[in-house]
Amino acid sequence: MREKKMMLVVTFHTTADAMAMEKVCKRDQVPGRLIPVPRAISAGCGLAWSAPPENEEQICQAMARVGLEPEELHRCLV
Amino acid sequence: MIYLDNAATTLRKPPQVAAAVAEAITSMGNASRGAHDASLSASRTVYEARCLTAELLGCPRPDHVIFTCNATEALNIAIGGLFAPGDHIISTDLEHNSVLRPLYRLEREQGVAVDFVPADRRGCVDYGDFDRLLRPETRAVVCTHASNLTGNMLDLARLGRFAREHGLLLVADCSQTAGAVPIDMGALGVDVLCFTGHKGLMGPQGTGGLCIRPGVEIRPWKVGGSGVQSYSCTQPEEYPTRLEAGTHNGHGLAGLAAAERFLLEEGVDRIHEKETALARRFYEGVRAIPGVTVYGDHGAPDRAAIVSLNLWDRDSGEISDALAEEYGIATRPGAHCAPRMHQALGTVEQGAVRFSFSYYNTDAEADEAIRAVRTLAEETAPQGA
Repeated sequence: MREKKMMLVVTFHTTADAMAMEKVCKRDQVPGRLIPVPRAISAGCGLAWSAPPENEEQICQAMARVGLEPEELHRCLV
Repeated sequence: MIYLDNAATTLRKPPQVAAAVAEAITSMGNASRGAHDASLSASRTVYEARCLTAELLGCPRPDHVIFTCNATEALNIAIGGLFAPGDHIISTDLEHNSVLRPLYRLEREQGVAVDFVPADRRGCVDYGDFDRLLRPETRAVVCTHASNLTGNMLDLARLGRFAREHGLLLVADCSQTAGAVPIDMGALGVDVLCFTGHKGLMGPQGTGGLCIRPGVEIRPWKVGGSGVQSYSCTQPEEYPTRLEAGTHNGHGLAGLAAAERFLLEEGVDRIHEKETALARRFYEGVRAIPGVTVYGDHGAPDRAAIVSLNLWDRDSGEISDALAEEYGIATRPGAHCAPRMHQALGTVEQGAVRFSFSYYNTDAEADEAIRAVRTLAEETAPQGA
């Protein structure tokens, strides 16, 4: 298994919001990808957006552009 | 076969619909149930279908497009999840049983009162009746956009203004119009728009849904797996998850998305123009044939592409069967799940033969149907007529 890295992990209220996140990030070439929500954040399931922490501002701007409200932003080993 | 039963379901779909379903059923996983490629592919497809539906119907937010298996389920969710004992609802005689039966059940089981705006012998309503039926406890107008029997349309923009003026919700059954008539729910003032995917939207059966204006709260009637918040004892509050427990019809929604892309490319206004021109051509061809009674208001400025008729006093089932067996023309006889509409038209005993047109029908098919109706009218004429 690959070594874990510290990542910015954005969680959402719904899968629809996660898909909206992926769509805007692909469109605007914002780095990251969808991953299962890490156990360190929530014991439930669902999708989260994982990206290098240095891209936080870019990611927040992308969400703001489409009116997307995240559940939470975390930094954790992924 | 000449297929003129498009108000029941469109038989001919854009070829990309079947291709999308075939591709999905051999490649897609379960949407919202993981982050591997197959699941994400399904999640992307479902989300794309939300975006396209929102664009087609003027829903302000894709996450307020809720998918169900048909319009009946959508209407049950809306009608069952919006009201409380003591509330009053105004509906109309134009409704399909998918509206009527949920309303009757609310009356019977929840102490909700319902009044129906009557239709006249042409299937038209007097809009003044909405004012006359208004009570202090009235909460909503629940009505169809177009009668599935006559093709008569209700003026949703007018009803939207009426609803706003009196603080009511407007719940619209757009089963006959979604994809076939240009619709912008925001501009019309519709709060909840229910649709099916397999008629005018030209998608697969087993698809449908409701578009909800942000701020309108509908209680879920089913709860269960959602792919998120799994340790919560209650269904997540947020739309669309609140109303979508269980696995989506992802394969069907892939087909619906393909159909919706086609509709957006072709233009719904163009589709509506062609369909109503076909219905008008058929209507003009049959209206003066001796023995033919055509129902509905065909002088109205806008209509769904439906023409229902009877020959003499003959059973509509007998005529529809003759059309199918002798001419290869598919129509729908009987009651069309619209009991109040038939009562208003005086056709409870006879039913009616419904001809309904799609974008893929042709003038030649309409003309062939006219010839068949003329011949059958001659053959079934009573002696001395």
